[in-house]
Amino acid sequence: MPVIALLILPIVLKGYWGKVLVYACMFGLLALSWDFLACCGLFSLGQALFFGLGAYVAGILSYYLHWPPILTIPAAILGGGLLSAILLSPVLRLRGVYFAMVTLMMPLLFMKMIETTGLLGGAHGLSALAPFPNEWVAKYLAVGGFLFVLFVFRRMISEDYGLVLKAIRDDDRAVMSAAINIYWRKTQALFVAGAVGAFAGAFMTHHYQFVGMTVFALDYSILPLAASALGGPGTFAGPALGSMILIPLSEALRALGGFRIALYCVILILSVIALPEGIFHYIERKYHQFERLVKVG
Amino acid sequence: MGKTEEQAILKVERLGKHFGGVQAVHNVSFSLRQGEFLGIIGPNGSGKTTLVNLITGFVKPDSGRVTYRGKNITAKKPYTIAGLGISRTFQMVRLFYNLPAYKNLIIPLSSSRVKKLRGGEYGERDDVAVDLLDDMGFERDSFVPYKLAGSLPHGYLKRLDLARAMALRPDFLILDELFSGMAMSEVASTLPLIEKFHEEGLTIIMIEHRLKELFRVVDRVMVLNFGEKIAEGSPQEVMGTETVKKAYLGIEVEIG
Repeated sequence: MPVIALLILPIVLKGYWGKVLVYACMFGLLALSWDFLACCGLFSLGQALFFGLGAYVAGILSYYLHWPPILTIPAAILGGGLLSAILLSPVLRLRGVYFAMVTLMMPLLFMKMIETTGLLGGAHGLSALAPFPNEWVAKYLAVGGFLFVLFVFRRMISEDYGLVLKAIRDDDRAVMSAAINIYWRKTQALFVAGAVGAFAGAFMTHHYQFVGMTVFALDYSILPLAASALGGPGTFAGPALGSMILIPLSEALRALGGFRIALYCVILILSVIALPEGIFHYIERKYHQFERLVKVG
Repeated sequence: MGKTEEQAILKVERLGKHFGGVQAVHNVSFSLRQGEFLGIIGPNGSGKTTLVNLITGFVKPDSGRVTYRGKNITAKKPYTIAGLGISRTFQMVRLFYNLPAYKNLIIPLSSSRVKKLRGGEYGERDDVAVDLLDDMGFERDSFVPYKLAGSLPHGYLKRLDLARAMALRPDFLILDELFSGMAMSEVASTLPLIEKFHEEGLTIIMIEHRLKELFRVVDRVMVLNFGEKIAEGSPQEVMGTETVKKAYLGIEVEIG
């Protein structure tokens, strides 16, 4: 049902709300990427790093080499994934809050480096990049990419491969004593999460026909995290649902100006207090309760 | 096995480790032959678990050398050592509590070591896992193997940890106080399993406080006190030693 809705929405939604849908899908991808890392115990505060790397890889290839989007996006997925894995692999030994701190700093580092050195367009960014052929391609690529990642992740996590990742979160020493190289597994997870984030970044580069250092902004790290918290981490469906609620909501509140951020924070705080498990887990639990009630009755 | 039986499968030479000012393990040397069963005993804090952590790579030694099948494995990564076939249980069980019991075994079963040992033949891992648990006394037809590990009682967790260690198809098994916290009936049903593993050729090190049970199965005992080896030999020899009696027990233990 929700899948069909998502496939029809691009047709129904035109103009502004069509853009919001695309936007929600992109944040949804970042939230999925966040949840994937969280599955193996890596708590990231830097989805902006993946997003930004993808955006710049696509931007550079498009601006300097004039590659079309059909080439830059796959290149950005691979390149962004590899760069993310390489950049973060030295800190894989760090856990919990230390890993989070490093991931938080990384995008800021890139942002300031681009700003101060003036490289890659500096503060002005790279503009007039190749657009998508038309609006439909863009919309369906966004929705299709989002659904594809959602299903692949859901599938992966229930397979033995995902089981090992979850086990690393539970107890990494026990996984090591099962003769599994946890650092290599975590590097793979970084690549996957990085590739997904990079796709979102590359997509937005071509969507806006522009890439600037704002792609490393804190928004791209915090919003996916908020969406996951709201939707319910650990399920992929939760973060996906969370972004579908949060992004349109934040757009709807745009009229309120700066006040919307405050309102938005209040919603988040309330949801964390009232529904710490997230909406998805809550619905799941209620659904099972209901199922049982029916059976007994 | 023949000739290899005479050779040391594991050789520990002058191993040492200190944490801050505490000398946890000091100049400990010993070796095991293929198929041998060694018991390690000693009072609390005598360095038994640290010794296991040093052998299995979870703690890096300050000095000394560990050789396994002629290969230097000192300070190698835990997963590398496990991959060579040295499997262990943990004193404080380390399990994946958010997974069903049998799924805990999928982790070692999906390691490259087990893949290699099983060769091309690739049965359902879930079935292999349930089989293994069945051997450990988790009845296949009951709901126990399918329950979340976190919801199982302590005795089951200990046996699940043993099953996890055995799922790796080890050549060498290290049991760190497997019986602690187990009910007498559970000990009684687990002990024959370990004897069976031993008879099938597995080399075993067992750390245990339940001396009576330990002495029934081991070939040899080593006693640690304050990180140092104070005695080694058959259970009778060791328990006859004055230093052991004094340092460790202060009482006589009936051996049988």
